[in-house]
Amino acid sequence: MSRALFSSGPMDHLAMLPAVDMSTSIGVFQTPAPVFTASGCAAAGKELDQFFDITQLGGIVTKSVMLAPRSGRATPRMAETPSGMLNSIGLQGPGIDSFIEHDLAWLRQRGARIVVSIAGSSVDEYSKLAAKLRSVEGVSAIEVNISCPNVEERGQVFACDPVAASNVIQAVRRNSDLKTPIIAKLSPDVTNIVTIASAVERAGADALAVINTTLGMVIDLDTMRPALGGITGGLSGPAIRPIAVRCVWQIHQALPNLPILGMGGIRNGQDALQFILAGASAVSVGTVTFHDPSAPLRVQQELELALAERGFTALRDAIGYGHRSPDLPEIHEELE
Amino acid sequence: MPPLQLTGQVLDVRRAGMYTVLSLTAPGLAERTRPGHFLNIGIGGEESALLLRRAFAIYQVQSRGVYGGSVDIVIGVHGQGTRWLAERRRHDNLSIVGPLGRPFTLPKNPANCILIGGGYGTAPLFMLADQLRERGCRVDVIAGAATEEKLFGTLEIKRAASTLTVTTDDGSMGTQGRVTDVLDDVITRSAADVIYACGPMGMLSAVAAVAAARGVYAQCSVEEAMACGIGVCMTCVMPVIGDDGITRMLRSCVDGPVFRGDQVRWSEVGTIPPDTLGAPTGGH
Repeated sequence: MSRALFSSGPMDHLAMLPAVDMSTSIGVFQTPAPVFTASGCAAAGKELDQFFDITQLGGIVTKSVMLAPRSGRATPRMAETPSGMLNSIGLQGPGIDSFIEHDLAWLRQRGARIVVSIAGSSVDEYSKLAAKLRSVEGVSAIEVNISCPNVEERGQVFACDPVAASNVIQAVRRNSDLKTPIIAKLSPDVTNIVTIASAVERAGADALAVINTTLGMVIDLDTMRPALGGITGGLSGPAIRPIAVRCVWQIHQALPNLPILGMGGIRNGQDALQFILAGASAVSVGTVTFHDPSAPLRVQQELELALAERGFTALRDAIGYGHRSPDLPEIHEELE
Repeated sequence: MPPLQLTGQVLDVRRAGMYTVLSLTAPGLAERTRPGHFLNIGIGGEESALLLRRAFAIYQVQSRGVYGGSVDIVIGVHGQGTRWLAERRRHDNLSIVGPLGRPFTLPKNPANCILIGGGYGTAPLFMLADQLRERGCRVDVIAGAATEEKLFGTLEIKRAASTLTVTTDDGSMGTQGRVTDVLDDVITRSAADVIYACGPMGMLSAVAAVAAARGVYAQCSVEEAMACGIGVCMTCVMPVIGDDGITRMLRSCVDGPVFRGDQVRWSEVGTIPPDTLGAPTGGH
């Protein structure tokens, strides 16, 4: 489908390779392309549209929005770390009403596929957010960010407790259109991520977003105090990629029919392919967008090339391919 | 016009006091650049472990020439990333995104303007001075730094200014003291209508206070730590009062870096003032 993307430059040799069907699905949400932005790394798409055509991506996952406008945390909000960064933004945002009126309206008018990410500090807030989105057109899926700090659980995270996570997903499911897939965004900061994944699936999640940032900290040696205003922050970027691939692998092994939107430090097409082989049906490019604003589309093009080079004619055939049985020794003998 | 993302080749690296001036090929950038714009540069190549781009005020641009356009930036070495940049050599390639941000606003009619640069905060003022003079504005410049070696381009900017006043904290050049110690006099002498300032937050805060006291309109270009520079990461925010009187946490990369001096809540930068839109309500 995206042959036109490879019209010039180093990709020319792809013309020698067969076309790859890049379509995929997240529950009932069918998309012609498998690469998405990651919530919190793309705002609501408008800024990135200056650098590439956002409608060519699988979809735009918007920054997690809450019910009311929110100022976020005090600065400093970020610290660079080896192959990554820490952030403690604190979910700054305009609130759902302004988001629907301005950001969502723009994305819809632009023709992008839209995944709205929501965050709440209570089950009730998630319910209200889902209800608000129910009447809004053009939402392909809802990402439920349950991996953010909340008030009810006293600084804990919904996604760290199977019961709390299930309660949120159930509430969102009850309040949203059945035709809109619900994607639960999980935290890697748990003892057994499969337990959480199974719980949210039973609660009605149609898919998972794996993974959110992992909690970290940096001390500033000039001030000899925490570098971030929020003291701790979420670690993202290529530094966490192996953790993310492991989480995707474990969940896909246990729940092979549950679609996964894989993410965590994806920098190029090869990185994206690791997630697909581990069991992700689609991927998100997040922090690397700060390094290269056109990264999401570039990764999508490179992923197509990486699949073609390995003989795949459809992305779907590669999903979970890393889990196949060991190759039989006879095959190697035949080849020799 | 949207910003460009391009690969620029290093044309020239030269030392200027304690700073490094880097000239890069950048076709198309000059035509889009206005005084006060910035650009950012990727550090360490494609597989770098330093993910975050470094932001620099645009110092000079050339739209023509054998390279089809080029851009100059001034680098002060503060850490690993800027050190790597200062070590680049001719023909090295660098990833450039720009021009970025909201530039200085120029007066429609001739006005008396004071340009204030702290350290290498003078960098974006050269282009500004030229364009103001083209519009028939009077330009007076104040350049301040801790020491003489931390000043940038004082000889060069003199050519574009009616007067140049230099201050250093240690008195190694010009008047001993801060830019605000001489600002009052320069406002009086030049009958200033507008102040343009670029430099450290402390200086901008002090300049904005003098400007407010004297009733002079001030535009300040801020330095805030940024991760993306294009408006998506929300790390570079500051409390800024809008025209509607409401304080919001605005992104200095896309809503700035130039803000009105009387709209930034300078003493509260680094905090969320309690009356900010969406500020945490009592208890946490």
